Amino acid sequence: MPAREGTYGLLAEFDTPGDLIRAAQQARKDGWRRMDCYTPYPVEEAAEAIGFHRNKVPLLTLVGGLIGLSAMFALEVWVSVLAYPLNIGGRPLYSWPAFIVPAYEWTILWAGLSAAFGMLALNGLPALYHPLFNAPNFRDGATTDKFFLCLEALDPKFDLVEAKKYLETFQPLSVVEVAY
Amino acid sequence: MTPSELKHDPDLERRIDPATGEYRVIAPGQTFKSVTEKIVRIVLTPTTPLGWFALFGVGGAVATGLLVAVTWLFLMGVGIWGITQPVAWGFAIINFVWWIGIGHAGTLISAILLLFKQSWRNSINRFAEAMTIFAVVCAGMFPLIHVGRPWLAYWMLPYPNTMTVWPQFRSPLLWDVFAVSTYATISVVFWYIGMVPDFGTMRDRSENKVAQYFYGLVSLGWRGSVRHWARYETASLLLAGLATPLVLSVHTVISFDFAVAVLPGWHTTIFPPYFVAGAIYSGFAMVLTLAIPLRKFYHLEGLVTERHIDNMGKVMLATGFIVAYGYGMEVFMAWYSASHWEAFMMWNRMFGPMGWAYWVLVTCNLAIPLTTLWSRKLRTSIPFMFFISIVVNTGMWFERFVIVVTSLYRDFLPSAWGTYRATKWDYMTYVGTLGLFTALFLLFVRFLPMIPMSEIRTMLPGAKIGPKIGPKITPKPAAKAGD
Repeated sequence: MPAREGTYGLLAEFDTPGDLIRAAQQARKDGWRRMDCYTPYPVEEAAEAIGFHRNKVPLLTLVGGLIGLSAMFALEVWVSVLAYPLNIGGRPLYSWPAFIVPAYEWTILWAGLSAAFGMLALNGLPALYHPLFNAPNFRDGATTDKFFLCLEALDPKFDLVEAKKYLETFQPLSVVEVAY
Repeated sequence: MTPSELKHDPDLERRIDPATGEYRVIAPGQTFKSVTEKIVRIVLTPTTPLGWFALFGVGGAVATGLLVAVTWLFLMGVGIWGITQPVAWGFAIINFVWWIGIGHAGTLISAILLLFKQSWRNSINRFAEAMTIFAVVCAGMFPLIHVGRPWLAYWMLPYPNTMTVWPQFRSPLLWDVFAVSTYATISVVFWYIGMVPDFGTMRDRSENKVAQYFYGLVSLGWRGSVRHWARYETASLLLAGLATPLVLSVHTVISFDFAVAVLPGWHTTIFPPYFVAGAIYSGFAMVLTLAIPLRKFYHLEGLVTERHIDNMGKVMLATGFIVAYGYGMEVFMAWYSASHWEAFMMWNRMFGPMGWAYWVLVTCNLAIPLTTLWSRKLRTSIPFMFFISIVVNTGMWFERFVIVVTSLYRDFLPSAWGTYRATKWDYMTYVGTLGLFTALFLLFVRFLPMIPMSEIRTMLPGAKIGPKIGPKITPKPAAKAGD
């Protein structure tokens, strides 16, 4: 893939989560859609403010759990009834109560792996490079104590000069242009 | 202690949160920056404390003993251990159950207390999870080396093979394979996912190229997008919700190893809840054993406060009483079942040749902790809690010794009776795993963030957003934007 050039977006830095949320809510109200907030810890209100309400992690977890459950139960039945039937004291070959335990463990195993790796996949991680890391103040603050709002250049409303003026009305600590 | 008494003690007053009247979860005056710096500096320091090297040297030396013991075992076979008929399950199973039990408190702290929104757990959950993983490492080794031919341990897994044999899915021993392997996998995943945002912080705060590269790689490029955080929080909650039934099932399945057998002393329905409570009891004791020296050594008293020590004491008191109920019920059922074998087993357990072990257990698990942990003064006394943690760890080891050995060595027919005496190789293997655990834990403390920074930040005063959020109070920017 050829390197992309130009501007990724404009990054406004705030000192408190409250300031960030106010700015994000207003920007959403004013019609901005291609934007994101960056915070050093989960701030649910900021996700709500930019219109991110639901995610698919629970669905993936459910599907993963059901696959684990059925795979292990099917394996147990196939092994115990068809592949290797053992007659121990005349007990039934299809002894489903005993099969619950491994099937239960595999439900949890595959549901848990689906939750963890599904979350990473939906987030597009691992992504060791991202244009935001080029911003001079991003790495110092976003994972420590600062709150960022990024208006992305892909938004149809985006115009470098106008957007910069717009962000400055929220009185951020700084507004910087982020290059690809 | 009444509030009027507290007023006269400025030191105590500082440590009490006026809003709740409880000990503070985090000492006052911490900010996002100060917490981050404090935790990051422990890892990203050019100078490792000498004490760390000293302890790591001791842990490593003891772990080398494990290596020697296991090497000799592989050369000679399990005959070098004290196991024999009728006690074919000796130290290996005792240590397996003990270590797995210790691990359970880590999962309890990270998963169950998260579901109950007990935010005080945030300071201690990371190293409690690390404790879980290293305890599972030590535990998982024992059944593998106990099988006699450990190089064939993969026969326990169901896979198509030229012998056309398959495992027996009706056996609790096979259930163990799935329970413990799932537990190890999910614990590692939960632990790692929890560390990803903190690795991002470490990547951004390190000045050294090697550290930047390493933490950059393991942080997976975490950048703190709120969309990512939303999915991350969902995944954490789901993992916690999955780990909770998992941790309960693991010790339940381990108790089935015993309870499904017909042996007096094992064949009892109280085992699953009693094993799980005992696991949490000993696990919290181990968290205290680790947390108390750590907070002192790394000056973390502001993050791991008296509140944590106090709360852990309360959990131990509660689970200790469940364990006491289990012991009581075993004795009661020995009489109430009117089974000759059960009654003899209990008499032999208390007053037989190994009766002393039963009384050590009663002293360490019931007599000392359950009488003293009622007192808040003692629960917040650091030296006393350290002492109690060692006592309970000892007592819980003896509980497993009593269950395994005193049930096995004198069962139904006196002609089949025997005895059990551990050899030096048994002791060396057991002590060796303590060294391995210590060494792994020290490596963790040195190279990974031992307190979850992102979770601590959510508890700081700066994280409060306040009720007045909304476009209402931003008329000025809105008006300007319209110009």
